[in-house]
Amino acid sequence: MRITCPICGERDRREFTYRGAALKTPALEAGIEAWHAQVHLRGNPAGPLAELWHHEMGCGAWVQVTRNTATHEMLGSVLAEDAGLAVSASETEVET
Amino acid sequence: MVDLSAKSPCDGMLPVSVGSCSLSEEPPMRLTLIAPYAGQEGAVSAAMEAAHGLAFPAPNRSSFGPEGARAVWFGRGQALLMGPEASPGLAEHAALTDISDGWAVVRLEGERAEDVLARLVPLDLRPQVFEPGHTARTELRHMMASLTRVSAKSFQIMVFRSFAQTLVHDVKTAMEAVAARG
Repeated sequence: MRITCPICGERDRREFTYRGAALKTPALEAGIEAWHAQVHLRGNPAGPLAELWHHEMGCGAWVQVTRNTATHEMLGSVLAEDAGLAVSASETEVET
Repeated sequence: MVDLSAKSPCDGMLPVSVGSCSLSEEPPMRLTLIAPYAGQEGAVSAAMEAAHGLAFPAPNRSSFGPEGARAVWFGRGQALLMGPEASPGLAEHAALTDISDGWAVVRLEGERAEDVLARLVPLDLRPQVFEPGHTARTELRHMMASLTRVSAKSFQIMVFRSFAQTLVHDVKTAMEAVAARG
Protein backbone atom coordinates (compact mmCIF):
# COMPACT_ATOMS: atom_id res chain seq x y z
CA MET A 1 0.00 0.00 0.00
CA ARG A 2 1.32 3.44 -0.89
CA ILE A 3 0.18 6.61 0.87
CA THR A 4 0.72 10.10 -0.45
CA CYS A 5 2.03 12.53 2.12
CA PRO A 6 1.19 16.10 1.07
CA ILE A 7 4.73 17.12 2.06
CA CYS A 8 6.93 14.14 1.11
CA GLY A 9 5.01 12.63 -1.81
CA GLU A 10 4.03 9.00 -2.32
CA ARG A 11 5.61 6.76 0.31
CA ASP A 12 5.46 3.22 1.51
CA ARG A 13 2.78 2.42 4.07
CA ARG A 14 5.35 1.29 6.63
CA GLU A 15 6.49 4.88 7.17
CA PHE A 16 3.01 5.67 8.53
CA THR A 17 1.07 4.73 11.62
CA TYR A 18 -2.71 4.49 11.66
CA ARG A 19 -4.92 6.53 13.94
CA GLY A 20 -8.42 5.62 12.77
CA ALA A 21 -11.34 7.51 11.27
CA ALA A 22 -10.71 11.24 10.87
CA LEU A 23 -13.24 12.75 13.25
CA LYS A 24 -13.49 16.34 14.32
CA THR A 25 -12.68 16.75 17.99
CA PRO A 26 -15.77 18.00 19.89
CA ALA A 27 -15.51 21.14 21.94
CA LEU A 28 -14.40 20.56 25.53
CA GLU A 29 -17.86 21.47 26.82
CA ALA A 30 -19.71 19.47 24.12
CA GLY A 31 -21.17 17.05 26.62
CA ILE A 32 -21.14 13.32 27.27
CA GLU A 33 -23.07 12.28 24.13
CA ALA A 34 -20.71 14.04 21.74
CA TRP A 35 -17.66 12.65 23.51
CA HIS A 36 -19.17 9.17 23.69
CA ALA A 37 -19.66 9.29 19.90
CA GLN A 38 -16.11 10.57 19.40
CA VAL A 39 -14.53 7.83 21.49
CA HIS A 40 -16.74 4.78 20.81
CA LEU A 41 -18.99 5.10 17.74
CA ARG A 42 -17.53 4.25 14.33
CA GLY A 43 -19.22 3.81 10.95
CA ASN A 44 -16.79 1.09 9.77
CA PRO A 45 -17.88 1.43 6.13
CA ALA A 46 -16.85 -0.98 3.38
CA GLY A 47 -15.95 1.80 0.99
CA PRO A 48 -14.46 5.28 1.09
CA LEU A 49 -13.41 6.41 4.55
CA ALA A 50 -11.59 9.52 5.70
CA GLU A 51 -8.94 8.43 8.15
CA LEU A 52 -5.91 9.80 9.94
CA TRP A 53 -2.39 8.57 9.29
CA HIS A 54 0.72 9.86 11.02
CA HIS A 55 3.80 10.09 8.83
CA GLU A 56 5.77 9.05 11.87
CA MET A 57 8.90 7.70 10.20
CA GLY A 58 8.87 10.54 7.68
CA CYS A 59 8.22 14.23 8.11
CA GLY A 60 5.97 13.88 11.17
CA ALA A 61 2.83 15.31 9.54
CA TRP A 62 -0.68 14.16 10.38
CA VAL A 63 -2.46 13.37 7.13
CA GLN A 64 -6.13 12.86 6.38
CA VAL A 65 -6.22 10.06 3.82
CA THR A 66 -9.39 9.04 2.01
CA ARG A 67 -9.16 5.32 1.35
CA ASN A 68 -11.55 2.73 0.02
CA THR A 69 -11.44 0.18 2.82
CA ALA A 70 -12.66 -2.60 0.50
CA THR A 71 -10.09 -2.11 -2.27
CA HIS A 72 -7.37 0.02 -0.56
CA GLU A 73 -7.74 2.49 -3.40
CA MET A 74 -6.30 5.86 -2.34
CA LEU A 75 -8.78 8.62 -3.10
CA GLY A 76 -6.90 11.62 -1.79
CA SER A 77 -4.80 12.98 1.02
CA VAL A 78 -4.53 16.35 2.70
CA LEU A 79 -2.79 17.66 5.80
CA ALA A 80 -5.04 17.17 8.83
CA GLU A 81 -4.98 20.86 9.64
CA ASP A 82 -6.05 21.72 6.08
CA ALA A 83 -8.95 19.30 6.53
CA GLY A 84 -10.10 21.32 9.53
CA LEU A 85 -9.08 18.68 12.05
CA ALA A 86 -6.65 20.81 14.05
CA VAL A 87 -7.82 21.74 17.52
CA SER A 88 -7.59 25.48 18.05
CA ALA A 89 -4.93 26.71 20.46
CA SER A 90 -7.56 28.03 22.88
CA GLU A 91 -9.03 24.50 23.14
CA THR A 92 -5.73 23.04 24.23
CA GLU A 93 -5.00 25.57 26.93
CA VAL A 94 -5.18 24.04 30.35
CA GLU A 95 -6.50 26.19 33.15
CA THR A 96 -4.06 26.38 36.01
CA MET B 1 37.17 13.72 39.23
CA VAL B 2 36.18 11.18 36.59
CA ASP B 3 38.06 11.67 33.37
CA LEU B 4 35.56 11.29 30.51
CA SER B 5 36.75 11.02 26.95
CA ALA B 6 34.58 12.10 24.03
CA LYS B 7 33.69 9.33 21.60
CA SER B 8 31.88 9.54 18.30
CA PRO B 9 28.69 7.43 18.02
CA CYS B 10 30.30 4.77 15.79
CA ASP B 11 33.66 4.78 17.56
CA GLY B 12 35.41 1.44 17.16
CA MET B 13 32.84 0.12 14.65
CA LEU B 14 33.69 2.02 11.48
CA PRO B 15 34.96 2.15 8.82
CA VAL B 16 34.03 -1.15 7.21
CA SER B 17 34.37 -2.19 3.58
CA VAL B 18 32.57 -5.09 1.95
CA GLY B 19 32.84 -5.76 -1.76
CA SER B 20 32.63 -2.48 -3.64
CA CYS B 21 30.97 -0.57 -0.80
CA SER B 22 32.35 1.17 2.22
CA LEU B 23 30.68 2.59 5.30
CA SER B 24 32.44 5.30 7.27
CA GLU B 25 31.58 7.74 9.98
CA GLU B 26 31.47 11.46 9.19
CA PRO B 27 33.83 13.55 11.29
CA PRO B 28 32.03 15.11 14.27
CA MET B 29 30.44 18.42 13.36
CA ARG B 30 27.97 20.91 14.73
CA LEU B 31 24.34 19.92 14.02
CA THR B 32 21.69 22.54 14.65
CA LEU B 33 18.01 21.87 14.19
CA ILE B 34 16.25 24.96 12.85
CA ALA B 35 12.48 25.09 13.29
CA PRO B 36 11.02 28.39 12.04
CA TYR B 37 8.30 29.99 14.14
CA ALA B 38 4.86 30.21 12.52
CA GLY B 39 4.98 32.47 9.48
CA GLN B 40 8.73 33.07 9.81
CA GLU B 41 9.92 30.67 7.08
CA GLY B 42 10.90 33.48 4.71
CA ALA B 43 12.73 35.45 7.39
CA VAL B 44 14.64 32.35 8.51
CA SER B 45 15.63 31.54 4.96
CA ALA B 46 16.88 35.09 4.39
CA ALA B 47 18.82 35.05 7.67
CA MET B 48 20.36 31.69 6.83
CA GLU B 49 21.30 32.94 3.38
CA ALA B 50 22.99 35.99 4.88
CA ALA B 51 24.80 34.17 7.67
CA HIS B 52 25.64 30.81 6.11
CA GLY B 53 25.07 31.16 2.35
CA LEU B 54 22.31 28.56 2.50
CA ALA B 55 18.58 29.03 1.99
CA PHE B 56 16.09 27.05 4.10
CA PRO B 57 15.76 23.82 2.10
CA ALA B 58 12.51 22.77 0.46
CA PRO B 59 10.97 19.43 1.53
CA ASN B 60 13.09 16.46 0.40
CA ARG B 61 16.00 18.68 -0.57
CA SER B 62 19.41 19.63 0.82
CA SER B 63 22.06 22.07 -0.28
CA PHE B 64 25.76 22.73 0.03
CA GLY B 65 27.07 26.12 1.10
CA PRO B 66 30.52 27.64 1.44
CA GLU B 67 33.19 25.95 3.59
CA GLY B 68 31.43 22.60 3.83
CA ALA B 69 28.27 23.98 5.44
CA ARG B 70 25.11 22.11 4.52
CA ALA B 71 21.39 22.52 5.06
CA VAL B 72 19.30 19.36 5.05
CA TRP B 73 15.51 19.30 5.19
CA PHE B 74 14.75 17.33 8.35
CA GLY B 75 10.99 16.92 8.59
CA ARG B 76 7.95 19.13 8.53
CA GLY B 77 9.01 22.71 9.26
CA GLN B 78 12.53 21.65 10.22
CA ALA B 79 15.97 21.87 8.68
CA LEU B 80 19.34 20.72 9.90
CA LEU B 81 22.33 23.01 9.62
CA MET B 82 25.46 20.86 9.40
CA GLY B 83 28.93 22.24 9.95
CA PRO B 84 29.06 25.78 11.25
CA GLU B 85 27.83 27.13 14.53
CA ALA B 86 24.36 28.57 13.84
CA SER B 87 24.29 32.34 13.69
CA PRO B 88 22.65 33.66 16.90
CA GLY B 89 20.52 35.96 14.73
CA LEU B 90 18.53 32.94 13.53
CA ALA B 91 17.07 32.58 17.02
CA GLU B 92 14.91 35.64 16.35
CA HIS B 93 12.85 33.72 13.79
CA ALA B 94 13.33 30.07 14.66
CA ALA B 95 13.82 27.64 17.51
CA LEU B 96 17.43 26.45 17.42
CA THR B 97 18.42 23.16 19.01
CA ASP B 98 21.94 21.83 19.20
CA ILE B 99 21.66 18.12 18.40
CA SER B 100 25.34 17.53 17.57
CA ASP B 101 25.67 14.71 20.10
CA GLY B 102 22.29 13.17 19.36
CA TRP B 103 22.70 11.68 15.91
CA ALA B 104 25.02 9.18 14.29
CA VAL B 105 26.12 10.38 10.85
CA VAL B 106 27.61 7.85 8.44
CA ARG B 107 28.39 7.72 4.76
CA LEU B 108 27.78 4.75 2.49
CA GLU B 109 29.83 4.84 -0.69
CA GLY B 110 30.32 2.50 -3.58
CA GLU B 111 29.24 1.24 -6.95
CA ARG B 112 26.36 -0.74 -5.41
CA ALA B 113 25.33 1.60 -2.60
CA GLU B 114 21.81 1.82 -4.06
CA ASP B 115 21.47 -1.98 -3.99
CA VAL B 116 22.53 -2.00 -0.34
CA LEU B 117 20.02 0.70 0.58
CA ALA B 118 17.27 -1.02 -1.42
CA ARG B 119 17.42 -3.72 1.25
CA LEU B 120 17.01 -1.20 4.05
CA VAL B 121 14.69 1.65 3.07
CA PRO B 122 11.33 1.74 1.24
CA LEU B 123 12.35 4.47 -1.20
CA ASP B 124 12.85 4.70 -4.94
CA LEU B 125 16.58 5.43 -5.05
CA ARG B 126 17.14 5.29 -8.80
CA PRO B 127 19.43 8.18 -9.76
CA GLN B 128 16.84 9.75 -12.06
CA VAL B 129 14.38 9.94 -9.13
CA PHE B 130 16.62 10.45 -6.08
CA GLU B 131 19.28 12.84 -7.35
CA PRO B 132 22.37 14.23 -5.60
CA GLY B 133 21.14 16.69 -2.99
CA HIS B 134 17.80 14.93 -2.58
CA THR B 135 17.00 13.87 0.96
CA ALA B 136 14.24 11.97 2.74
CA ARG B 137 13.07 11.27 6.24
CA THR B 138 12.29 7.60 6.11
CA GLU B 139 12.44 4.29 7.87
CA LEU B 140 15.62 2.24 7.88
CA ARG B 141 14.97 -1.17 9.39
CA HIS B 142 12.43 0.31 11.84
CA MET B 143 14.72 3.18 12.74
CA MET B 144 13.76 6.77 12.00
CA ALA B 145 16.40 7.91 9.57
CA SER B 146 17.47 10.79 7.39
CA LEU B 147 18.89 9.70 4.05
CA THR B 148 20.62 12.09 1.65
CA ARG B 149 22.28 11.38 -1.67
CA VAL B 150 25.53 13.32 -1.37
CA SER B 151 26.87 12.42 -4.81
CA ALA B 152 26.25 9.91 -7.59
CA LYS B 153 27.55 6.96 -5.56
CA SER B 154 27.47 8.11 -1.97
CA PHE B 155 24.74 8.52 0.60
CA GLN B 156 24.62 10.07 4.04
CA ILE B 157 22.60 8.13 6.60
CA MET B 158 21.60 9.59 9.97
CA VAL B 159 19.88 7.83 12.87
CA PHE B 160 19.58 8.57 16.57
CA ARG B 161 22.90 8.03 18.28
CA SER B 162 21.47 5.26 20.44
CA PHE B 163 20.85 3.24 17.24
CA ALA B 164 24.45 3.53 16.00
CA GLN B 165 25.36 -0.09 16.69
CA THR B 166 22.14 -1.38 15.08
CA LEU B 167 22.69 0.87 12.07
CA VAL B 168 26.23 -0.38 11.52
CA HIS B 169 25.09 -3.99 11.94
CA ASP B 170 22.16 -3.69 9.54
CA VAL B 171 24.04 -1.77 6.84
CA LYS B 172 27.00 -4.13 7.08
CA THR B 173 24.70 -7.16 6.79
CA ALA B 174 23.08 -5.64 3.69
CA MET B 175 26.53 -4.87 2.22
CA GLU B 176 27.55 -8.50 2.74
CA ALA B 177 24.32 -9.78 1.18
CA VAL B 178 24.79 -7.59 -1.89
CA ALA B 179 28.45 -8.59 -2.21
CA ALA B 180 27.57 -12.28 -1.88
CA ARG B 181 25.35 -12.08 -4.93
CA GLY B 182 28.46 -11.25 -6.98
